[in-house]
Amino acid sequence: MSEIVSVKNLCKRYDELTVLDNISFSVQKGEVVVIVGPSGCGKSTLLRCLNGLEEIQDGRIFLDGEKIETNRNKTNGLCERMGMVFQSYDLFPHKTILQNLTLAPIIVKKRKRKEVEEEALALLERVGLSSKKDSYPRQLSGGQKQRVAIVRALIMHPEVLLLDEITAALDPEMVREVLDVVLNLAREGRTMLIVTHEMQFARAVADRMLFLEGGKIVEEGEPEEFFEHPKTERLRQFLQTFTYIKE
Amino acid sequence: MDFGVIKEYLPLYEKAFLLTIKIGWIGILLSLVLGILVAFILFYRIPVLKLIAGAYIELFRNTPLLVQLFFLYFGLPKIGLSISAEWCGALGLGLLGGSYMAEGFRSGLEAIPVSQTESAYSLGMSKGQMFRKVILPQAFSLSIPAIVANVIFLLKETSVFSAISLMDLMFTAKDLIGLYYNTTECLFLLVLFYILMLLPVSIAGSVVEKKARYRMFGV
Repeated sequence: MSEIVSVKNLCKRYDELTVLDNISFSVQKGEVVVIVGPSGCGKSTLLRCLNGLEEIQDGRIFLDGEKIETNRNKTNGLCERMGMVFQSYDLFPHKTILQNLTLAPIIVKKRKRKEVEEEALALLERVGLSSKKDSYPRQLSGGQKQRVAIVRALIMHPEVLLLDEITAALDPEMVREVLDVVLNLAREGRTMLIVTHEMQFARAVADRMLFLEGGKIVEEGEPEEFFEHPKTERLRQFLQTFTYIKE
Repeated sequence: MDFGVIKEYLPLYEKAFLLTIKIGWIGILLSLVLGILVAFILFYRIPVLKLIAGAYIELFRNTPLLVQLFFLYFGLPKIGLSISAEWCGALGLGLLGGSYMAEGFRSGLEAIPVSQTESAYSLGMSKGQMFRKVILPQAFSLSIPAIVANVIFLLKETSVFSAISLMDLMFTAKDLIGLYYNTTECLFLLVLFYILMLLPVSIAGSVVEKKARYRMFGV
């Protein structure tokens, strides 16, 4: 396996507040890394930094050996090679589902409409939504919208997929349909970085877990070890908040 | 009411009607372009330009169109810039309208969540692509009620054009009344032609508004 993403000494500060404090880690090709941690620990910010949505104060991010320019004004096209899916779906409400999918490939990658539409339809078929191609986002349920958002990222052929709490805004019964799509992607060997609060899912999908707190990676490991035998007291406490025992 | 008189005056009103519509819509077109530009500058807080844009809005929103027209028509020639009455009318309307349209568009722009911009960026769109394909169409849909209200308001404002000797509807009516004292007929035609000019805009406006709203929000 070869290294695809490499983060070195990443620091992100808002004035006095340090959100990410000297973070270093790497992701191998085909690896699924799941990041968990209490809210406010900087996990979403980390993904946003990778996608060039936040300026960083220090450190470097490499994609396939090339340094990512994280300043929006001089982006070098590397951020685009990482697809991102957001908590709030953020489909374009004024476009149909098919148009949502084909817009970026046509205007950014200058691909032919016909060819992109064929690919979009095939991808929609895979997530079970081909009947919705001419609907508008408002006509879809949250789970359906999120599946479309995943396809919208996939159709740009990203080398890495960043998923930022993609089920956090969904009703419980819709979480499954979205996570199944992600599980399938993992099986196909997609490289993914996932931020989530769904611990069961994290365990099922992850090759490696990262526990982030206070802007630092406190613990990392294989899911089995991570969930069953946490090494740090802090992670043990964190995991405990997800179990309910009647006293 | 003497229908013979009305029939006789009709061609004069028609001519004035066409002139009013022509200048009115050129002005409105100008105001839309200017409004989008100024709203863009204000929304993205572009240095220096935002100060100019702010001053422009306050200047033109807080002075009557009549005063602006006088300034353009009588003032500009003093500094060697002489433009026709038609262009004065269109320009004045465009400048006044631009200040109103800018605020309308800005409210539309501000109603769009930041996450729309971010998802466009993360799909690799450039700033320009993001603005044209994602932000502007949505802002436009959201601003339609304000734009329609402004268009109707601007078309009515054309009634002060007579002050710079443009032969618009108001001018024609006043002129005919002054010459022949057929007040009832002249005013009746005046009302009729204004309604003829504005009712279709009003109706078309509501239809477009409903369509745009339905597409985005489903209600």
